[in-house]
Amino acid sequence: MNKEELKEHLATLLPSPTFEEGAEWLTITIDPAEWESTAKAIRKDFDYLFCVTAVDWRTHFTMVYHLTSTTHRHTLVVKAKLDHENPAIRTVSDIWRTAEFHEREAFDLFGVVFTDHPDLRRLFMTDEWNGWPLRKDYEDPVNMIKL
Amino acid sequence: MIEELSTTEQGDLVINVGPQHPSTHGVLHLVITLNGETIKKVEPHLGYIHRSIEKMCESLSYRQFIYVTSRMDYLSSHINNHGCALCVEKGLQIEVPPRAKVIRVLMDELTRLASHQLWWGAMAMDVGALTPFFHAFREREAINDIMEETCGARLTMNYMVPGGVMADIHPNFQRKVKEFLSFFHTKIDEYDELVTDNVIFKNRMAGVGHLSPEDAISYGCTGPTARGSGVSCDIRKLYPYEVYGDLQFEEISEKGGDCFARYLVRMQEMRQSIKIIEQLIDNIPGGEHLAKTKAVLKLPKGEFYSRVETARGEFGVYIISEGGTTPYRIKFRSPGFSNLSALDHMAKGHKIGDLVAIMGTLDLVIPDIDR
Repeated sequence: MNKEELKEHLATLLPSPTFEEGAEWLTITIDPAEWESTAKAIRKDFDYLFCVTAVDWRTHFTMVYHLTSTTHRHTLVVKAKLDHENPAIRTVSDIWRTAEFHEREAFDLFGVVFTDHPDLRRLFMTDEWNGWPLRKDYEDPVNMIKL
Repeated sequence: MIEELSTTEQGDLVINVGPQHPSTHGVLHLVITLNGETIKKVEPHLGYIHRSIEKMCESLSYRQFIYVTSRMDYLSSHINNHGCALCVEKGLQIEVPPRAKVIRVLMDELTRLASHQLWWGAMAMDVGALTPFFHAFREREAINDIMEETCGARLTMNYMVPGGVMADIHPNFQRKVKEFLSFFHTKIDEYDELVTDNVIFKNRMAGVGHLSPEDAISYGCTGPTARGSGVSCDIRKLYPYEVYGDLQFEEISEKGGDCFARYLVRMQEMRQSIKIIEQLIDNIPGGEHLAKTKAVLKLPKGEFYSRVETARGEFGVYIISEGGTTPYRIKFRSPGFSNLSALDHMAKGHKIGDLVAIMGTLDLVIPDIDR
């Protein structure tokens, strides 16, 4: 499916998708509150979640989910804007199993809370670690070398 | 190295394997809940070699950041570098000279061969056969020597740079690769005789660690791990980059889904890599090996994603640029990370001795998982 066909197809699955222009792959922006229903609606067409990324924009966070269909080979990028003070979004680890580890990574390094996650703990850092290392305002005088 | 930790209320034994254990091939720490000898749960604890490479990259330029990616999956360092170079080239719309494209593919496939050789030796050692390890390392040495001549390094290459490859191939390169291939053809048959048809080995592998195609996709497994379950996921075939689209080779896939199927996939992939190298080694185009680029690379504002097939699966590079000389955010999608997440699912219900076989066929490289 090309981008336009995919757009039309998504319009039948989702109530009012918001498309972002100019990117390599079709990108939709969603309200974090709608993520669970969106994920369930697109799960059949996009069965392979290959990348989960959090981005710190200083004023807000963005969660980026890269999805592909293993049968039709079309790719979709889903973005959700999260609050900077209390970043939280519903987990999709019950929908795509790979999300469990990816979300733990995002929690560990960015402090994004995934509600209803079965096992939300730090993944790389030790349990008693303070702060969220990949945030832009993170300071660590011992382990960070400023260039 | 395996020490007792505690027992649960149900009388299950909880033990630690690693972080320093010969079968984890690196600093992987597994907490295993056992009922007798049967595995009830495997919980990986990561981070023993976490260097926060993604954070480091935020303060490195688009030329500098290549070197840290060699240190993630150190057995596929060429291919990691390749993924990064492709992503920067995509952002800057650099056209890579045809010579560099072919050299890159040759290096990628030699790397895949070397990586699968090491895996084969280590895998056989994990299940109790020590000899194959020495066979594998003997042949792998020849590839390392070829790499050393051209790239100056044996493990962390940093050879592929935005625009092409850092230096032209060594004058001996083509001759040595051909010598290696003629010698390796017979060796790979020897590998099969030595291990693949061995009935004890087969009994350890067949029917162990089953992964269904649906689960492989849901867990985000890629590479030989997923292809052992019959999932088509070879980036070289599905989203061809460089000259892969013009080459004759097959995407290997096995239906079994067990350890033996994953083993067979890698063994056949070695033969496919040989096939690719044979098609290219006498057809390296002349000309430049490096495109002219600006002294300082600045990616335009936006986001760029590139995918390559490493020896372990799909490696993704996601660069978010604000228009500066360094990336605003960079994300590496490492194949081992997702493959490892399926370990608990695959090992559940098996005996603890089988865990080593299952981990062996996942071909984990811990720095790739921890990043």
